[in-house]
Amino acid sequence: MRRATLLGVTLGLAACGGDPPATPERNANGRTGSVDLTGAGATFPYPLYSRWFSEYAVKTGVKINYQSIGSGGGIRQLREGVVDFGASEAPLTDAEIAQIPRGRVLQVPAVVGGVVLVYNVPGLTAELKLTADVVADIFLGRITKWNDPRLAELNAGVSLPPDEIVVVYRADGSGTTYVFTDWLTRVSAAWAGGPGHGKDVRWPVGLGAKGNEGVAGQVKTTPNTIGFVELAYATQNRLPSAALRNRAGFFVAPTVNALAAAAAGVENRLPGPNDFRVSLVDTPVGDAYPLASFSWLLLYQAQSDDAKGRKLVDFIRWAVRTGQGSARALDYAPLPPALVTRILATLDGVSIGQ
Amino acid sequence: MTGLGDRVWRGTTTLAALAIPASLGVISVVLLVGAWPTLRETGLALVLDRSWEPRSGAFGVAAALVGTLETSLLAVLIAAPLGIGTALYTVEFAPTGVSRVLATICDILAAIPSVVYGLWGAAILVPLVRTVVAPALQAVGGRTPFFAGPSYGAGILTAALLLALMILPFVTAVSREVIAAVPVAQREAALALGATRWEMLRDAVLPAAKTGIAGGIALALGRALGETMAVTMVIGNRHELSWSLLAPGYTLASLLANEFGEAASDAHLSALMAVALLLLLLVTLAVNAIARRLVRTVRAGLAAVEVTR
Repeated sequence: MRRATLLGVTLGLAACGGDPPATPERNANGRTGSVDLTGAGATFPYPLYSRWFSEYAVKTGVKINYQSIGSGGGIRQLREGVVDFGASEAPLTDAEIAQIPRGRVLQVPAVVGGVVLVYNVPGLTAELKLTADVVADIFLGRITKWNDPRLAELNAGVSLPPDEIVVVYRADGSGTTYVFTDWLTRVSAAWAGGPGHGKDVRWPVGLGAKGNEGVAGQVKTTPNTIGFVELAYATQNRLPSAALRNRAGFFVAPTVNALAAAAAGVENRLPGPNDFRVSLVDTPVGDAYPLASFSWLLLYQAQSDDAKGRKLVDFIRWAVRTGQGSARALDYAPLPPALVTRILATLDGVSIGQ
Repeated sequence: MTGLGDRVWRGTTTLAALAIPASLGVISVVLLVGAWPTLRETGLALVLDRSWEPRSGAFGVAAALVGTLETSLLAVLIAAPLGIGTALYTVEFAPTGVSRVLATICDILAAIPSVVYGLWGAAILVPLVRTVVAPALQAVGGRTPFFAGPSYGAGILTAALLLALMILPFVTAVSREVIAAVPVAQREAALALGATRWEMLRDAVLPAAKTGIAGGIALALGRALGETMAVTMVIGNRHELSWSLLAPGYTLASLLANEFGEAASDAHLSALMAVALLLLLLVTLAVNAIARRLVRTVRAGLAAVEVTR
């Protein structure tokens, strides 16, 4: 694990070598000790972002201060003009964008992340196989025992205990919940008509825990639990994670490659030239993991501060190209190259200095 | 010249003293303004309704309100006798070395950050409650509704136990100081009248220390009501009203901790402000009411002593 991380850093740094030279603003502004850009938002991609910011500071001298206070807080601060950029798991809807008075907000994908179902069933050594309707019914409280016939049918040859299933959910609003409920809503009518899709929903059964680390901890310490966390937390906590049946009908384990597969070809499904709001949940690719999602960076299309605007756009350009090299080591999947081209074109359209 | 110095001093200290009411005022006003839309829309349903669904605009915190009171009162019930007992032992019975060590340990406990208590609670106390405490309680009182249902480890009882541990140092430290402050002459007088050691403690020491101990308990209750991180990590975070202490629950403070970061809609934010206001009100009222009531009984007690004398 540690070796993999080190390798990732080395690759990331090596990849930096081919980058364009530092921005001229750095010299114009002189000082490199002060903070140049501020951002706030999602906690989910924070490990990757913080690596980006430190690599970028070393490379260009541009310091970025990011507060991982949650997507909701990040969007609020962007709306109030407190920060230069926001970060969110859940893209804003047109109605939400319309409510922001300061101008049009651009939302660009930064990386691909995944949500995994983790469980703690004493004595179970085989990898659990699950389908969306079974997961929905577990989280709805309709399947209550581990040896339920529907679970047994999916996991032939695996001995499942007759114990009660303990559901663990996110008590705080989160992008992880947004992705997970997106999947359940798409595939289960009962879920769509009940708890529905959102960053916080009313969970019919179970225990609530705060944050990915809270869910992982609760699952780890309580037998017969099932919960959902971001991929990195399952890996770090060495929790077993379920293989999920994707739309093509295959059971796929959550790996970075399967996440990357979920994003493959996504550039052909974009709703508009500068609109990247596509769900990566349950995509039709054969080896795609069904619970994948973009993480988003939010910025104003018209940047009022010339120097800051240029720095911000330069950083995002770097992040979607060179920055992608650090993704895999931290359990995220890089953006597909064809999508990066589209993002760069969108960034060219940011107007700077009005 | 001295006059000027005095005036400067007086002004400075007055300003310092004003900072306290000023900050309380600012906090109350901000919360009240923020909470106003919810208070107007939801009204009393805020505390009477138990369904909390931000997306459909239902903001009822009955479960969290009950959970807050339940966990805090239970914690005080556990911590108060334990803390007072520890204080009596350290002051009256323990050899100097032992009492010094106990006092230091107590101070260290008080200084542990709440998130560390939370981590310990989630890693050790939650499994302990599930495997040991809950089965034991169910064996004794399994037929009562208080210990009904399965225990997942996380729940009201676990939160109360963790809170008890967290407020124990406060009760102990304050009790220890006030018990130690009771004049030696008073103890000697009681002993000289033929009182046994227990009678001396009961009739001469504890009555004199009562106000201070009550203050310590009020302080501890205030802390328990407002405790956030540690409780969030062990209570199960579920809007549910249950007689069972083993069931998961919620508190006002953990509701704030969970939802403030992601609350994007104005209605949701305003509802959380209302929750904060409620919590502030609860802490202020609880602490003041207890302190006042106890001060009054102590005064009455002292007056009675005067009369009999």
